[in-house]
Amino acid sequence: MTGQHVTGPAAPALEAIDVTRSYQLDGVTVEALRGVSLTVGRGDYAAVVGPSGSGKSTLMHLLGGLDRPTTGVLRVGGRDIAALTGDELAAVRNATIGFVFQAFQLLGRTSAVDNVAMPLVYRGLRRAERRRRAREALERVGMGHRLDHRPAQLSGGEQQRVAIARALVGDPQVLLADEPTGNLDTRTGMEVMALLEELNRNQGVAVVIVTHDLDVAARAHRQIRVRDGRLEPTPAPTPTPDPTSPAKQHPGRPTERHLTGEVAGRGGTSS
Amino acid sequence: MRLAEAWRVAVTALRANRLRSLLTMLGVVIGVAAVVVLVAIGTGAKQEVENQVNGLGANLIIVVPGKLEFGSAPTKSRLELADADRIGRALGTPGQVAVTLSSGETVRFGNNSAFSTVNGTNPAVPEVFVRPIARGQYLRESDVDTRRRVAVIGSGLAATLFEGADPLGRNLSVGGVRFRVIGVFASVGSSLGSDRDNEVHIPVTAAQRLFGDRTVDAFALKAPSTDEIEGVRATALAVLADRYPDEEFSAVTQDQILGTVGRILGLLTTVLAAIAAISLLVGGVGVSNIMLVSVRERTREIGLRKAVGARTRDVTLQFLLEAVLLTTIGGILGIALGVGGALGLSAAFDQLPAVITWWSPALAFAVSAAVGIFFGVVPARRAGRLEPVVALRSE
Repeated sequence: MTGQHVTGPAAPALEAIDVTRSYQLDGVTVEALRGVSLTVGRGDYAAVVGPSGSGKSTLMHLLGGLDRPTTGVLRVGGRDIAALTGDELAAVRNATIGFVFQAFQLLGRTSAVDNVAMPLVYRGLRRAERRRRAREALERVGMGHRLDHRPAQLSGGEQQRVAIARALVGDPQVLLADEPTGNLDTRTGMEVMALLEELNRNQGVAVVIVTHDLDVAARAHRQIRVRDGRLEPTPAPTPTPDPTSPAKQHPGRPTERHLTGEVAGRGGTSS
Repeated sequence: MRLAEAWRVAVTALRANRLRSLLTMLGVVIGVAAVVVLVAIGTGAKQEVENQVNGLGANLIIVVPGKLEFGSAPTKSRLELADADRIGRALGTPGQVAVTLSSGETVRFGNNSAFSTVNGTNPAVPEVFVRPIARGQYLRESDVDTRRRVAVIGSGLAATLFEGADPLGRNLSVGGVRFRVIGVFASVGSSLGSDRDNEVHIPVTAAQRLFGDRTVDAFALKAPSTDEIEGVRATALAVLADRYPDEEFSAVTQDQILGTVGRILGLLTTVLAAIAAISLLVGGVGVSNIMLVSVRERTREIGLRKAVGARTRDVTLQFLLEAVLLTTIGGILGIALGVGGALGLSAAFDQLPAVITWWSPALAFAVSAAVGIFFGVVPARRAGRLEPVVALRSE
């Protein structure tokens, strides 16, 4: 509705230039991000990794247009969000970003199809059109047979598929997934990842996954490593994940040790 | 479209917490019902008084000695029967001025007795007041002239004393003196607190002898039309001022009585409705309270909605509608309860006539919707202003 038409199709979906974000916490200034530059282009598949407290959640919120940088320039869907009001930013989010959360964030009293249709309410679409598109989105994630089920009647993996359908329903440029496998067992988690990758491949939607599971991160085409509010330089982008990656044998927190090391200066990691 | 969706969400939310929604509504239900009942009873009382005053007859003027003011001492009357003729002549309508000299007396027939208001009057009474005769006839001029001991009695008194037997031609005892019944009034009910079906009318001259009095208490006149009330009133007062230069007289019209009584009852109704409105206010505070709880409970939902594109006003509207839905449903239930309650009360108690005017339920509904907006706006704005990041993080 907004955003896409303002700039040409060549504009990256998300662009951060020297972005900082600091909070006042009990009178103390906490610098969560200390200067981050990165670009997420169309069709990208990136993983944001980093230990707890590294600033990756803050980065995720900024990239999703849920928060504003303290300094620096942040463009979502090609639009500098500093110039936007809260309501305009909401419209940009609606048009550009699809969110997938660790805890699914489905509305409990609402059927799958109405959960998925919800973002379209704020696009001003008619109910029949909303439900039609929601059905399509549910079919795309393999949930076409569960339209009228409520979240409580679905398994965790199914709930996350419904949540992914909700993220997809508005045809966003970017799917922003915050620990999408965090509440799922390994097998279901990998199924959800396979779904995200398929959407990335076939629909051309950029996928950015925030995770501290290095197995999950390793599947992405590139890793964005956050530490102490800055990005660490990463090895050259690997177009395909290496299935024999040693990280696979040690999922979870212990592998975060791999991330320790020299803190690099701020720098772009865009390809 | 967004409005329709907001309604759907509000209905879903209220349904999800059915008991809580009902209890919250209850405050509004009781407040609205109380307002509707009290306004209905107040309006009914006012209308009842109007009916009674108007039931006396049209375009009446009552002339009494003294200044008719609250707190002034009663004045001993010096009015005479002859003054009625003087006023009648001055108005060009002789024989159209009713007189009254009344006293409470014990009335007996056989072993039955009753205490009733005995009115010494003249034949002008049926000309001035609405006093239909059911049987027999009213007093005649000759009865007054000859001080004849005849009586016309109210239907209630007739039933008490004669127990269904025909009173006509019977002698009853009024204050120990025998009077022959020549007529029975048709029932007219009570008026301004006095039971007119329990009255005895006797010739004023006979009453003067019975009570040992030479004066009369008051005159009653009827103006030919509403426009002429002031003229008749002025003429009557002028005649009396001419005859009794040192005294004051008052001439009261129905409008004056209605105006005074109406003001008092109107004030009473307003005060009662205001007290009832306080409970509506308390109900509104309950709505505000529950809406704040609801906003807190649904912080994550608000965060999610904002993340996927809800604007501040979308969220505010959603919660405002929820509050308004609560109070308007409460308002409708309250109106139903109030109308039912008022009709039930007036059916159960004769003394509580209730009149449902179209505006009191309409006003109650509008007020309950306004209460929803007023008490919903603070929680709704709080919901609308939540930052999506903060809201999503809450657990």
